[in-house]
Amino acid sequence: MKIHEHQAKEVLRKYGVTTPRGKACFTVEEAVAAAEELGGPVWVVKAQIHAGGRGKGGGVKLAKSMDQVRELAGNILGMQLVTHQTGPEGQKVRRLLVEEGADIKKELYVGMVVDRSTQVVCLMASSEGGMDIEEVAAHTPEKIHKVFVDPVAGLTDAEADDVARKIGVPEASVAKARAQLQGLYKAFWDTDASLAEINPLILTGSGDVVALDAKMNFDSNALYRHPDIMEMRDLDEEDPAEVEASQFDLSYISLDGNIGCLVNGAGLAMATMDTIKLFGAEPANFLDVGGGATTEKVTEAFKIMLRNPKVKGILVNIFGGIMRCDTIATGVVAAAKEVNLHVPLVVRMKGTNEDLGKQILRDSGLPIITANNMAEAAQNSVSAIAGN
Amino acid sequence: MSIYINKDTRVLTQGITGKTGQFHTKMCKDYANGANCFVAGVNPKKAGESYEGIPIFASVKDAKAQTGANASVIYVPPPGAAAAIWEAVEADLDLVICITEGIPVRDMIEVKNRMRKENRKTVLCGPNCPGIITPDEIKIGIMPGHIHMKGRIGVVSRSGTLTYEAVGQLTELGLGQSTAVGIGGDPVNGMKHKDVLEAFMNDPDTDAVIMIGEIGGSDEEAAARWYADECKNKKPVIGFIAGVTAPPGKRMGHAGAIISGGKGTAQEKLAVMEECGIRTTKNPAEMGKLLKAAL
Repeated sequence: MKIHEHQAKEVLRKYGVTTPRGKACFTVEEAVAAAEELGGPVWVVKAQIHAGGRGKGGGVKLAKSMDQVRELAGNILGMQLVTHQTGPEGQKVRRLLVEEGADIKKELYVGMVVDRSTQVVCLMASSEGGMDIEEVAAHTPEKIHKVFVDPVAGLTDAEADDVARKIGVPEASVAKARAQLQGLYKAFWDTDASLAEINPLILTGSGDVVALDAKMNFDSNALYRHPDIMEMRDLDEEDPAEVEASQFDLSYISLDGNIGCLVNGAGLAMATMDTIKLFGAEPANFLDVGGGATTEKVTEAFKIMLRNPKVKGILVNIFGGIMRCDTIATGVVAAAKEVNLHVPLVVRMKGTNEDLGKQILRDSGLPIITANNMAEAAQNSVSAIAGN
Repeated sequence: MSIYINKDTRVLTQGITGKTGQFHTKMCKDYANGANCFVAGVNPKKAGESYEGIPIFASVKDAKAQTGANASVIYVPPPGAAAAIWEAVEADLDLVICITEGIPVRDMIEVKNRMRKENRKTVLCGPNCPGIITPDEIKIGIMPGHIHMKGRIGVVSRSGTLTYEAVGQLTELGLGQSTAVGIGGDPVNGMKHKDVLEAFMNDPDTDAVIMIGEIGGSDEEAAARWYADECKNKKPVIGFIAGVTAPPGKRMGHAGAIISGGKGTAQEKLAVMEECGIRTTKNPAEMGKLLKAAL
């Protein structure tokens, strides 16, 4: 689960991380009031959307007067902010973060993820802050310093100080940087984060170390023990189809193609998408119905797929193990009837009660195209939508 | 003959009294030598009771002492699953297979860290995996037994249904399996592709291996490089990687199946595997055929 920058900063402040003072605002009036309350000569007006690259997209601006705060807040609120992470249609800005200005002397990068090979949390830090860190990693990997944190000891003073020095924190500010790094780690660990990033972490003219931006993602399997984090979920930032699917325990992701797929199992679902592409078309979605699919679940899955206007055909690929093919076939037939299916439907079924499942499809009287294997199913789907 | 498990493995089930645990325990017990293999269940509140004739004990330690169980399968719900793994590790079982899906990553970091630091001998498979099967001998997990056939091909995969897909293709071609291992789709887990590949390479009754991977991480690359360095030309290995079409930054169901920071793409994995002498296919319907051609 993702949260907004202002929420991530709120979490980090609880762990002693220093951030600029600021306030989340939903209207222009609130933005102006927040700037007045903060005082000072300059303010930063920042669009709050879940995607990164907001600055480049024009969603982060500096204001030097109240009039400018008002003008910028008016411009940014409601805009369709397009960044490299939003896709071409962009994301509507519904809230702002208004912050005091900062005296930036140097920009650094710090981030944390779970490292799969060492199976611990990895702190990554670089002197090249503010930039696209993936670029830094690709072109100058020697500028990224890593610390693999012992889960029992946590991030030690010595480790934090060492990495701070390596990324160019001057001696007088090392203790301050240590507090930031240890706070970030503690926050990451305590909240079951899956990613935490401060980019940039800045050194100010007076030697302070401040988190100018913040990003946190959380392990969705651990949210049950963090009701406070769960409350920060912003459904406006998520794909409505994905939200709806999750309510039915379906794992769904929208994609750009035109063949909808309904599959059991994540690996087989990806393999089905890949096979569609192999035969010249593109999948419209990833959809894993999971192990315990019922008629109701299959019907909902059909409805969600068909709400996507790009869908020109549907491919169902089921390997019946514990889930029987006849159960799925009954569900598919009921779903196709209920939604008045108007696009070609290709079904491939294999495994437990395969013959019974195929019989149910045949007896339904629906124009269902069957296939004996994944490749044939993909080929049939591709030619069926070409014929339409 | 097989890797990790055979007809002589004695299994205790943690979470035997839940709905999932009951269903799959019965299916496993009914498969091949299952009635002899599944010897105990664990539930601290139901010690002294039994399920399907399988006695239930208060702890893994008790169950092991009373029945001689040397392996465990876990169906305990996510909040208590990591503790269940640790209980089995502490009792010094040889093998723990954790089926449970949805365990918080932090819990797995903690349990794996303890296992490493205390140099524990227990081998962990999973979590979030279908389990392990040695056809016609024993099935520990949730895979459909009837699609398997005894034979000499090893299968290792991160995904459940994709494992069944490969097994189904092999069986149709008349190629039986020595053992099929589902290592699971979580980012912090037990045995890796490399571990299973090594076990197959050392198994005199496995002639060739299908290795199935997914986007995310670099476990498949590590296994491929190990194979190139140690075992190339010893036994053929063929591979498939799911997720060529998966966009970066989007998690494809499995917690581990995500391309992040430009790393873990299917293209990269396929290239490394080919370079290391593992023939790959981009068509998952052809895994069985490719393996047959490689024999």
